Amino acid sequence: MIINGVHIDPTFAEAFPMKATRVIITAQNLKWAYHSANAFTGFATSVIACGCEAGIERELDPSETPDGRPGVSAMIFAMGGKGLAKQLETRAGQCVLTSPTSALFAGIEGGDRIALGKNLRYFGDGFQISKRIRGKRYWRVPVMDGEFLTEETTGMIPAVGGGNFLILAESQPQALAACEAAIEAMKKVPNVIMPFPGGVVRSGSKVGSKYKSLNASTNDAFCPTLKGQTKSELSPEIESVMEIVIDGLSDEDIKKSMRVGIQAACELGAANGIRRISAGNYGGKLGPFLFHLQDIMA
Amino acid sequence: MSALTFTLKIELKQRLDCSPLTPGALAGKGAAEIAGIELQCGNRKLRADAVFDISGSDSDAIVVSKASAKLDYIGKGMESGSITVEGDAGSYLGLLMKNGVIHVSGNVDAYAACEMKNGEICIEGNAGDYLGAALPGDKKGMQGGVVIVKGDAADRVGDHMRRGAILIEGNAGAYLGARMTAGTIAVMGSVGAFPGYAMKRGTLLLLKSPGQLPATFNDCGTHTLGFLPLLLKGFQGYPTRFGDLADQVKRVRRYAGDLSGLGKGEILVVA
Repeated sequence: MIINGVHIDPTFAEAFPMKATRVIITAQNLKWAYHSANAFTGFATSVIACGCEAGIERELDPSETPDGRPGVSAMIFAMGGKGLAKQLETRAGQCVLTSPTSALFAGIEGGDRIALGKNLRYFGDGFQISKRIRGKRYWRVPVMDGEFLTEETTGMIPAVGGGNFLILAESQPQALAACEAAIEAMKKVPNVIMPFPGGVVRSGSKVGSKYKSLNASTNDAFCPTLKGQTKSELSPEIESVMEIVIDGLSDEDIKKSMRVGIQAACELGAANGIRRISAGNYGGKLGPFLFHLQDIMA
Repeated sequence: MSALTFTLKIELKQRLDCSPLTPGALAGKGAAEIAGIELQCGNRKLRADAVFDISGSDSDAIVVSKASAKLDYIGKGMESGSITVEGDAGSYLGLLMKNGVIHVSGNVDAYAACEMKNGEICIEGNAGDYLGAALPGDKKGMQGGVVIVKGDAADRVGDHMRRGAILIEGNAGAYLGARMTAGTIAVMGSVGAFPGYAMKRGTLLLLKSPGQLPATFNDCGTHTLGFLPLLLKGFQGYPTRFGDLADQVKRVRRYAGDLSGLGKGEILVVA
């Protein structure tokens, strides 16, 4: 398949089951909501070493937030419920509780309930106040700027992590430009996050390593500088490969975001050095979800 | 199916215990069975059809028509459905209520919503003493649900209250929220003496300054509290004007007390 001169590989992205939750972070204004959410989702690019993957999903209008203030929704994914609960609590405590004017609410109503403010409330040292509003419990924790308002729990649901596609270009700036265009388009799709910095990862990995202590290592088949040294997947004109990784609440959400992302990259086309779209395919070692690029783009 | 309607047809000389007339208790009962229910009136029992004209069949939506202040225990322990009282109700309205909706177009007497667990009670008129309180000798008052009073409430509202919300659009009497353990009481009008007397936790939200507060409450200053819009927004959809205040009430003067006890309660006076 060729779109605007860009070859779409007959391959698939391979993804795995995860657990996910969404939170709503509000603040006095969007600037401070972003400060809090950026800290909350920081260092959460890959479960390989971060314990979770997290990202900002979208901005929220005051009419969409529980307390009527500007805010953002963020999602956090982990390999299991325990890991997710731990990461959520740590990040909420260090990054939202501490952030001026912030408040923290659940973004998912169904699923299993995990602690949001349930334990953070103890920061109030006995001065915390519980309020039950419309069947939901909230905590008012006295802090130096006023009160930190948080919901007791949020919902945890099954999700899909590791959806991906690779953009192969003639140069590094061209690969990055295509990725930026893809991310801009994908940000408009709900229920997904792209957890890497700016949504883009340059260090795509393969499963395993020659070093026993590592369970992932550089995807040498897609490293342009190794074309002559390894069994490369790259033709001579490819000088740069970048990957976009997607976590979503369902495989359908991931498919939708992959489609708009690949479409946006292809719009730049071969004229702008974009030559191929491929995907991280680990031969079934990574997970049960297979996203065939040609089916998605059909 | 029309509402199961009990129209009072006699002038009661004694108080009548209406506790058997709840949606749950009447579910599945035929007209003859309902007519034969015995209701305690003073020191004797009267058949329901001796007291009321009974019409309709939907036991999930009960109407008490031409009601009087001698009708006690309306909606006692009810778990579902609705009861509409056209007129006044007596004491113990919604006592131990677990769910459902009670609407009273007139006034109610003492001990309404006592030890209520959940549900919604709306009183268009005034409420007597001990609204949402604990029964004498008990330690747990209202434990959930929402009570709305469009008129005034008398003394000891929310005595020993533990959870839920009481919203009074008129005035409230003395000892508002006395001995409260938790929950929220909001008053649009004026309040009597000793609000929050011996309260442990919980919130009294007053739209008008109470004038003088007990000496055992300390001033914590004026603050913009983010939970207030959320709380008031939570009342939208209920038949009360408090829901309309969600965009207006944010800044309050906070008084902590009762410091002669646990002292973790608060009186918030809208600034």
